[in-house]
Amino acid sequence: MRGDLTTALNPIPLYKPGGGEEKAEIARLSAFAGALAVGDLVKTTLGPKGMDKILQCHMGDGPDAGRLLVTNDGATILSKIGVDNPVAKVLVDISKVQDDEVGDGTTSVVVLASELLRETENLLAQKIHPQTIITGWRKATSEALRVLESIAKNNSSNLEQFRSDLMNIARTTLSSKILQGKKDYFSKLCVDAVLKLNGKTDLQGIQIIKRLGNNMSDSYLEEGFLLEKRIGINMPKRLENARILIANTPMDTDKVKIFGARVRVDTVAKVAELELAEKEKMKDKVNKILQHNCNVFINRQLIYDYPEQLFAEKGVMAIEHADFEGVERLAQVLGGDIVSTFDTPDKVRLGKCDLIEEIIIGEDKLIKFSGVAQGQACTIVLRGATQQILDEAERSIHDVLCVLSQTVKEPRICYGGGAAEMLMATAVSQLAVKTAGKESVAIESFARALRQLPTIIADNAGYDSAELISNLRAAHTSGKSTFGLDMENGRIADMIQLGILESFHLKQQVVRSAAEAAEMVLRVDNIIRAPVRQRERDMRHH
Amino acid sequence: MPSVGTLAFDEFGRPVLILRGQESKKRLFGIEAHKSHILAGKAVADTLKTSLGPRGMDKCMVSPDGDITITNDGATILSMMHVENEIGKLLVQLSKSQDDEIGDGTTGVVVLAGALLEQAEALLDKGIHPIRIADGYELAAKVALDHLDKIAESYPLDLKNLDPLVNTAMTTLGSKIINRCQRQMAEIAVNAIMNVVDMERRDVNFELIKVQGKVGGRLEDTMLVKGVVVDKTFAHPQMPKEVRNAKIAILTCPFEPPKPKTKHKLDITNVEDYKKLREYEKEKFTEMIKSIKDAGANLVICQWGFDDEANHLLLSQELPAVRWVGGPEIELIAIATGGRIVPRFQELTADKLGFAGHVYELDFGTTSEHMLCIEQCKKSNTCTIFVRGGNKMVVEEAKRALHDALCVVRNLVRDNRIVYGGGACEISCAIEVAKEANKIATIEQYAIRAFADALESVPLALAENSGYSPIKTVADVKSAQIAQNNPSLGIDCLNTGTNDMKSQLVIETLIGKRQQISLATQLVRMILKIDDIRLPGESEE
Repeated sequence: MRGDLTTALNPIPLYKPGGGEEKAEIARLSAFAGALAVGDLVKTTLGPKGMDKILQCHMGDGPDAGRLLVTNDGATILSKIGVDNPVAKVLVDISKVQDDEVGDGTTSVVVLASELLRETENLLAQKIHPQTIITGWRKATSEALRVLESIAKNNSSNLEQFRSDLMNIARTTLSSKILQGKKDYFSKLCVDAVLKLNGKTDLQGIQIIKRLGNNMSDSYLEEGFLLEKRIGINMPKRLENARILIANTPMDTDKVKIFGARVRVDTVAKVAELELAEKEKMKDKVNKILQHNCNVFINRQLIYDYPEQLFAEKGVMAIEHADFEGVERLAQVLGGDIVSTFDTPDKVRLGKCDLIEEIIIGEDKLIKFSGVAQGQACTIVLRGATQQILDEAERSIHDVLCVLSQTVKEPRICYGGGAAEMLMATAVSQLAVKTAGKESVAIESFARALRQLPTIIADNAGYDSAELISNLRAAHTSGKSTFGLDMENGRIADMIQLGILESFHLKQQVVRSAAEAAEMVLRVDNIIRAPVRQRERDMRHH
Repeated sequence: MPSVGTLAFDEFGRPVLILRGQESKKRLFGIEAHKSHILAGKAVADTLKTSLGPRGMDKCMVSPDGDITITNDGATILSMMHVENEIGKLLVQLSKSQDDEIGDGTTGVVVLAGALLEQAEALLDKGIHPIRIADGYELAAKVALDHLDKIAESYPLDLKNLDPLVNTAMTTLGSKIINRCQRQMAEIAVNAIMNVVDMERRDVNFELIKVQGKVGGRLEDTMLVKGVVVDKTFAHPQMPKEVRNAKIAILTCPFEPPKPKTKHKLDITNVEDYKKLREYEKEKFTEMIKSIKDAGANLVICQWGFDDEANHLLLSQELPAVRWVGGPEIELIAIATGGRIVPRFQELTADKLGFAGHVYELDFGTTSEHMLCIEQCKKSNTCTIFVRGGNKMVVEEAKRALHDALCVVRNLVRDNRIVYGGGACEISCAIEVAKEANKIATIEQYAIRAFADALESVPLALAENSGYSPIKTVADVKSAQIAQNNPSLGIDCLNTGTNDMKSQLVIETLIGKRQQISLATQLVRMILKIDDIRLPGESEE
């Protein structure tokens, strides 16, 4: 009776081979393990004394192959490590969203979420139902956000004060990055750049150009615009009072667009005639362009030798192949239209600038447009010793610009250095004391998780965190709500005096997304895996 | 020897092969087959059980490509489980058909089917024939459905007072992660339905409601846009980002010289031809723009692209334009703005234009992403629910939850009878079915009684998920229902202090519940009737 035995002993296969599920405790275990691993991974980068990570990209195909990356930016680290644990992926996703939404705080949000989950481990051991914990957390989150909002200050009416706030925020953001040595210099650079945008959050107007060589402090803010292109041959390399026509049009041969058209001739002579006609057509086009009374012509697409020669004859500077972004930016900066047809010269707005010249940075030639009509755009030129430094500097500058532009939009500020976290933790603790029922345990755990952030900052700086945090907590409980950690001297201090400020929007978003993600993970009691898709090897190359 | 039962032997003791590849084929029949079906069915139901109710948990699904979905929706869980077992697949389809028909209760139906199978196992062990069990279930289901009709209440459906509808939607949303802003989401769902409802036909066209998600912000920022949101931007960066009182030309023809459909070749043989062609081409472009201008449009929405030249011509003629708008979206825009979709430039006239009061681009966060929002349309009965959330999984889950809520509200519009949730109607039906069982003379009696027990599985699971002692809680409620003769007593999942679902406003639609019971019974009958499974063996290569 072999058949009977096999049916009795073999469990009935429910899933396709390779798939399966993890239930209840085991699922939770793997969830927490994933979350804690990710949290611990980025934890050490938090705060002004946080450390950097080296990431080595996969050898093999792809543009990043074998590249080395040194970074302090949470979102960058997490996006490159390629996690497999499902919960870890949730955390990676929130850090990415934080990056898109605010630009900075990508590490904090992951650390807070993983600390919240660390706390849950204890709560679950006490047999508290996950849904009860979630109810508690929701109360705690709204209390934390309420108190954060009550302390947030808005100085946007006072321009002088607002500017110094922005400087402080930029300095705080930079203090954890590679640029901290030059933070005053770069803060000023970034604040100037952002204030030029006049309240827009679109960072397209700010261009960052990286060039190897020199020292970081040789980086500078260029009023105006730099284009990484060359001016055509036999053309003026320097031009004052430029009238610029920005175009997006084919300048090789104008194709006949009518479908099905093709050239069919019977003699060589006719080919030559047609070629001439084609040339004629191009010449017409160039003449039409010249009727715009411009002395600079910038095209998104290639300009072939023949039209280039025509332009050179007329003394017009022609710049070819300024890619799409470049053209859009140029149009924005120079205040001109992007033109593709040339029949109505009177309607087209030409871009204007005082001076165009070719400059040399490092070994590269760039075209510099200075004295532009609209002062909204500018270029930050970064210099540095290695590619890694430049890349990291670019990321840092990007973070700062994002935070600043968001602050201009939502001008409220709050205090950094762990002050905001401690403030929220104190308020949430008080709420826990007042709440009856099991929820209060969950609320208290939320406060503990919040308190972990300043603890980690202190730990990373190598100070006695237990001592510092209890001092800080005592200060907050006695009402000194602006106190935070002074990581230069290893003591607690008033953050207003130190000028350590952070954007309210950023802090709010950190608490909100971390709580949301932790809640989401906690609600999961079952992880179901589908079988991994088998990738067939591409046999074409073998 | 059931698994080799098809082997016959001839007089010399050699096996006679009846089927090709008989040895390698797998076969399962008789009581073994039943047992294995029931086991598989129970396994699937057990997975879903913990998701039931407002205190239910979520499941984390990992797709073949490693993407994560976190959800509480039964149909979604099952469809992503990649179940291989045949009976498991049947349950997946069961949940799907509940989803297609009703949109909600996809978890409940599987849990009920699982419980029915579990009860059938005990009956099989008693030696009752599967067909008798199936017949008994059928009888019992009829009793339960009749009883449901009896206890159902007619619900006030008043366009002025939407509160009752909102309450029903809230019951549906209670079990999802978005219950943080339960009220707001429920109101959005009800308003969306009320926006498109056709009260005469008592129907709702779901095509008119679009649910669009965008990661970022927070759930509270979710909003109902009375118009259309399209994930597109204006074609030219320098076009105005905002158009008021837009007269919209909706085109499905590209800005290109016409392409005859028949195959043709146009030969250029001399310079004159070439020049003529050039002129013709240029003319066509200006003609196209002119025809739009003449019709009086000030916004162009095009399904196809247009090249740089056309793009610039549009800009210089001050005609903002949007290109590459997908088919369904273009239809939505046409419906919303009351415009006609125009396939040829020649046919463009003023009366075919759509109208929208306000068209503008929405910006998000630090990335330069934009969406186009078309509002204040002439016929404002299309709407878009624009979901925001902290991460991708929340947004996706919110979209699914809103879909469920929309379905429930639509069902109420179709049929405004309701029953009370929280396991109340299941308990009430169980009591009734058990009462009926005693009146039956044949052995179907046992099956009917088993059906009553199975009905209690839903309140049992609810109580268990809420952290109560399941049997005690259900027993209490059951005795209270009989004592007070009140079918609206259920499980107090949220610990509010009352068992009366009427005052807790836990409301479910009658058709949803009816569908659950009849679908689950149908499926279980079908499974019980299977007594033989044949699987193709591994091919011997």
